Amino acid sequence: MSYLANTPEDVACMLRAVGVSELAALFADIPKEILCTTWLDLPPALSELELTDRLSQLAGDNVSVGQKICFLGGGSYDHFIPAVVELLASRSEFLTSYTPYQPEASQGNLQAMFEYQTLICQLTGLDVSNASLYDGGSATAEAVLMALSVLPARKKVVVSQTVHPEYRQILATYLANQEVEILTLPAENGATSLQKLEEVSDDQVACVVIQHPNFFGVLEDVAAAAQIAHREGALLIEVFDPISLGMLKGPAELGADIAVAEGQALGIPLGFGGPYLGILACREPFLRRLPGRLVGQTQDRDGRRCFVLTLQTREQHIRRANATSNVCTNHALLALRASIYLALLGPQGLAEVARLCWNKAHYAAQRITADGRLKLAFDRPFFKEFAVRDGQGQVKSLLAHAEREGFFAGLPLGRWYPELDDCFSVAVTERRSREQIDALADCLSHA
Amino acid sequence: MRNKEVVRLLFELSRPGRRAVRWPACDVPECEPPPPEAVREEPLPLPELSELDVVRHYTSLATFNLAVDTHFYPLGSCTMKYNPKRNEKLANLPGLTDLHPYQPQASVQGMLRLLYELQQFLAEISGLPAVSLQPAAGAHGELTALLIAAAYFRKLGEPRCKVLIPDSAHGTNPASAKMAGFEPVEVRSNPQGRIDLEDLAVKLDDKVAVLMITNPNTLGLFETHIVDITRKVHECGGLIYLDGANMNAVLGYVRPGDCGVDMMHFNPHKTFSSPHGGGGPGAGPICVAEKLAPYLPVPVIGRRGEEYFLDDQRPDSIGRVRSFFGNVAVLVRAWCYLRTLGPDGLRGVAEHAVLNANYLLTKLKPILDVPYGERCMHEFVVSAARVKRERGISALDIAKRLIDYGFHPPTVYFPLTVKEALMIEPTETESRETLDAFAQALVKIVAEDSQVLQQAPTTTPVRRPDEVTAARHPVLKWTP
Repeated sequence: MSYLANTPEDVACMLRAVGVSELAALFADIPKEILCTTWLDLPPALSELELTDRLSQLAGDNVSVGQKICFLGGGSYDHFIPAVVELLASRSEFLTSYTPYQPEASQGNLQAMFEYQTLICQLTGLDVSNASLYDGGSATAEAVLMALSVLPARKKVVVSQTVHPEYRQILATYLANQEVEILTLPAENGATSLQKLEEVSDDQVACVVIQHPNFFGVLEDVAAAAQIAHREGALLIEVFDPISLGMLKGPAELGADIAVAEGQALGIPLGFGGPYLGILACREPFLRRLPGRLVGQTQDRDGRRCFVLTLQTREQHIRRANATSNVCTNHALLALRASIYLALLGPQGLAEVARLCWNKAHYAAQRITADGRLKLAFDRPFFKEFAVRDGQGQVKSLLAHAEREGFFAGLPLGRWYPELDDCFSVAVTERRSREQIDALADCLSHA
Repeated sequence: MRNKEVVRLLFELSRPGRRAVRWPACDVPECEPPPPEAVREEPLPLPELSELDVVRHYTSLATFNLAVDTHFYPLGSCTMKYNPKRNEKLANLPGLTDLHPYQPQASVQGMLRLLYELQQFLAEISGLPAVSLQPAAGAHGELTALLIAAAYFRKLGEPRCKVLIPDSAHGTNPASAKMAGFEPVEVRSNPQGRIDLEDLAVKLDDKVAVLMITNPNTLGLFETHIVDITRKVHECGGLIYLDGANMNAVLGYVRPGDCGVDMMHFNPHKTFSSPHGGGGPGAGPICVAEKLAPYLPVPVIGRRGEEYFLDDQRPDSIGRVRSFFGNVAVLVRAWCYLRTLGPDGLRGVAEHAVLNANYLLTKLKPILDVPYGERCMHEFVVSAARVKRERGISALDIAKRLIDYGFHPPTVYFPLTVKEALMIEPTETESRETLDAFAQALVKIVAEDSQVLQQAPTTTPVRRPDEVTAARHPVLKWTP
């Protein structure tokens, strides 16, 4: 394939205009010693037909969640995506434009981003949202960096062990070259130990990070954690699940100062993990420390309402080393998908999907634990995901058996929590039917 | 037909009780609700809309954007080339999109193989053997590489605190350096627009961890002393990072690893044609020299015989930089692009990108000043400083007026080293006629009365938004 437009005649004419005799002469500035002397060792070009065959073959070597019934969660969920989301978000004018530096040429993107910011504020109850980050994990790290810059004298960060393990790993990576100490709060019966939080809280703590519902699906007492954090002047960062907000109290109401989330559940395909959507919102006083792009409303020369990128003096292309973050390219197209999803669902649709997840997850928990081999690992309220313990300690072979029977039945927890080596978590979205849940329960009990 | 009316906000279209999505009836017994203290008391204040409301709304908004598919988009440093449609279609195969990141690895062998192959392609193109596909964007790749450098020097037992960055670099470079815990130090450009070797010599010492270099640089010039520069930095024990934003210019001509570069990122959304999505997603895979391979973030895609696997058992790794496995769908498009071009196609990309830029440069030289370079690589920077002084026409006026002529404006006021800069990158996928038409438009614009230009644009839904008020009194969300 080739996507070049110039014909040999064009090339000849253009070279003449430039005043060189051949294409290679355009590279005369490059020292000879570093010019490639051979072709790159890459496979030869394929036609569209060959490419289609090759990629279809690779895709066919995978087993998709259309082929096995998926009960996997852990921050990525098999929610239903209305057709309108895909069709609108794949329009050329959204897909093939870029960062809206020229507002007159980008009002579509700018208004969509302004609406996204509003939707996230409506969802979280917080005052401001940025226009998107990469994913839930890097958004969590950015939120912590933000807290550290709001409270520059403080050098400790407290993170619950029930926050997604990969998010905690990302945070540790981001902070590795800074003089900041990360304290991890242990889990007790699947939820953050608030007593331990009391113990470690002092005036050196910049922020406390809590996930609700947490990595195991368990509901945390965010309000109590916020109270403890605030008592010593620390900020509370809540990692939330956007779908849960159809039913559960939101971050602002629970006392969070900064809220972050993985937005994948809002109309974004599983896609083997990306690209996803990093959501980040905060209370107004921290506005100037927000990372990433922000869209603001203003008026044009003729008094018409319009939208522009604003407060850009926080950003790398203006402030360089003193920017609030290095983020440049963000995840605008995924934010657009989330906006379309939320616009389609509305308050009622989101409440319904949350309730469906709740009911189905609890039904599944009851069915799966009915025969006694599997027990709920934690005796606490959960949302759409729950951990079970295998009395026989055979998680690996049990999940392998389920896979042979047509299920991605759950996520083994021992990988991140050695003490939970005999446990796995099961996520149940609105897509799972009673029949599928019953079949999984039967399969697990006949293992 | 393009909608000229200002589109109302979603929230202004909302009517209580209107809805678009219906879920199936619950087929399991209702269970006990959550504890009352956890339950939301008020319904969410989200808008209520019909499906047609939503479709018409976003379709109207789409018509308010200029895009590569609708207009020439010569946004410098962003490589707004054509995004092949087949890659969109193929990246959306259910066997690629409907994969959960925690599926057993045996069930995603096709995907892992594709990613493994992409690692190999990038290693070959860069001349650097070890690859991580994890970073989510170019800036994220920079941060990742700098964290690798920090870990490398820690392991050597000689922590270093400084990162040298030319003054013409992208703003992400100093921002990433700061975020990784380094002190960014600026290196001046010389009168030819390239790194000032004397200034570099003054600033280079054993505290320097990394020199970040963009080559070709943001002026569209090849750093001709690259080998000399990398040697000097290496003599001081430092590492070289290449900001790969401009790799389109040298594909198949220069491999950064062969010039002494130790680490670099690619922008698949620029160089390898995945669409920019109105601001993202991109991806920022990095390639590093062998000695830095142990520090790459986890997981790396590995291979044992015919089996592909996620390798996270790497004790010296800096850890994770992103959840799951990076921006996979973007990487799939990059794989498609590389498979359809092959080695000769890639070299053709560089040749035609550089040809188109030089042709346009030749056409524009009589109209606007070109402060640096007789020739350029894939892009060039012209200055409106003289026409501003003489006629009161700024770079911004020219940019706005270009929209009236049917072109997306170039990048303006960057790099910061050029006054009234217009940074123009035509890319290889544009035709001579398009370049001629663009040059013709600029000839006309520069000849226009400054008062006409200051009124521009006149054909857009809105004109010259008041950005000062937007920043002074921020309105960042709709309120009833």
